[in-house]
Amino acid sequence: MNMITGRQPLQRPRLYWFFADSFQLLIRSLLHIRQDLDQLMTVTLQPIIFLLLFRYTFGGSIETGNIGYPSFLVTGLLVMDMAFTATTTGIGIATDLQQGIIDRFRSLPMVKSAVLVGHITADLLRSLLTIIITVAVGLMVGFHPHAGFIQWLAVIGLLLLTTLALSTASAITGIVGKSIEFVQQIGFLWILPLMFLSGILAPTTGMPQWLRWFADNQPISQVVIAVRALLLDQPAGDHIWLSLIWLIGITVIAFPLASWLFRRKTIQ
Amino acid sequence: MADDVIIARGLFKSFGKTVAVDGIDLTVPGGSILALLGPNGAGKTTVVRILATLLKPDRGEVTVSGFNALREPIEVQAIIGLAGQTATVDGSLTGLENLQLIGRLYHLRGNDAKTRAFELIEQFDLKDAAQRAVKTYSGGMRRRLDLAASLIMLPPILFLDEPTTGLDPVGRNGMWDIIRSLVSNGTTVLLTTQYLEEADQLADHIIIMDHGRVIANDTPNMLKSKIGGEQLEINFADNESLIMAQNLLTANNAQISPTKLQISVPVETGAAGMRQVANILSSLSAANLKVADYNIHRATLDDVFLQLTQHATSSSLKM
Repeated sequence: MNMITGRQPLQRPRLYWFFADSFQLLIRSLLHIRQDLDQLMTVTLQPIIFLLLFRYTFGGSIETGNIGYPSFLVTGLLVMDMAFTATTTGIGIATDLQQGIIDRFRSLPMVKSAVLVGHITADLLRSLLTIIITVAVGLMVGFHPHAGFIQWLAVIGLLLLTTLALSTASAITGIVGKSIEFVQQIGFLWILPLMFLSGILAPTTGMPQWLRWFADNQPISQVVIAVRALLLDQPAGDHIWLSLIWLIGITVIAFPLASWLFRRKTIQ
Repeated sequence: MADDVIIARGLFKSFGKTVAVDGIDLTVPGGSILALLGPNGAGKTTVVRILATLLKPDRGEVTVSGFNALREPIEVQAIIGLAGQTATVDGSLTGLENLQLIGRLYHLRGNDAKTRAFELIEQFDLKDAAQRAVKTYSGGMRRRLDLAASLIMLPPILFLDEPTTGLDPVGRNGMWDIIRSLVSNGTTVLLTTQYLEEADQLADHIIIMDHGRVIANDTPNMLKSKIGGEQLEINFADNESLIMAQNLLTANNAQISPTKLQISVPVETGAAGMRQVANILSSLSAANLKVADYNIHRATLDDVFLQLTQHATSSSLKM
């Protein structure tokens, strides 16, 4: 057919298309922000509200040793914000699966797992925006970081890795969940306990012994301690390594699992 | 003689205990339209999803343009277009963005995807809405965008799953025109429909499905002639005339339906039929019977369908 001369599809190796298709779906996911006020609030307004609320309600009454509560809070909230951002992937995938769009993607000669990668990588960019907002507002309300360029870079790396791990896990809830509302609920259900059972909002010293053991050792806490140590110039101990092991471990297990579930869900 | 570009053999697919497709064979010659006709739940959509690589059959083989759809799905996906029952476009993107994205995912160059998107927006009369989020579109606009999306590569093979369901008559005629012009340019189309008229209007060949099986497979004309050519239907004003007419027409193989006060007589087509009709009417007229009205009824696909499905139901009840 003459009509498609010059519009032949490009021929490239499959691995190339994995990245190229994922990039297209990343852009798509970012374009959604215009239409999706909910998502924009999760990324921008919600972190600010949490920060101001905790800063001015708990701020006066929580004993955080030699670091001020604003610094303690911001370094913890950064990790919490990553978890909230990660819920977007689950909701996005659930929405795709509910709508007919997934059939379109599946009928195209694209790499299908790019649908997952698109959502997850979009979360990484949204996280970056959240980090900037949280740090900026934090600095206005008493956050005093003591960190050099390298430490900041390490913190951003750790935070993005947190988003990666949690978004990948969130992808699984999006695939398995029966409805968008269910996925939304389940997102909060697993985030909230992990957030409160950690040293994000207050030191774990006040918890009962058994609870404190969990709160001190769960993966989110490792990241919180590592971020806090890096930004506030404190000894990080093993926490950076433990964070890396947890986060990479979760991603390496969750991504193949999510891809497998996604294939199984879509090709029956 | 065109080669068969879609060949399916022995397709079988069940979901749990529900058998959706129960041994389907079909072939579609290049450049023709095959219509899968059947009621809801007949298994039409499942067949299309299998042919379009969206679903793996439990058993059976599918070849599309020489590619094995089960083992070479990517090759098949590059040469097919699919417009589904539900519009498969992204509601949060604009019409233009949808087409561009899909063009890129067909692995067109950025510029080509853009040019093609603009062409299709123009061609499908979506120019005014091109920059609006698709979730603000009407059903007909969404459907047009969806079809436009499946035509980005001008695929040689197009699957249309109930392309006109939910469209108003204007939208439906517009869709028919588009489908006809695609086929005149060499596209092979497999469409599903619940509308007998649609299959009759568009298709070169019709497969009638019910309960996952093929119950008829023929050209529209052959299907109609199989069910019997024409019927002379005579309605009477009273029961007395009806009985008398029945006696007069016993030799003519007349069917009587007392509740409707109607007699129907099979007649041939053409000149022979005309003489038959003239004889019957003049004998009724000579007997001075009270005829309310009469007409000659040509079998429609509705008749074909009703007869076939009733037959299928009664035969399955006998088992």
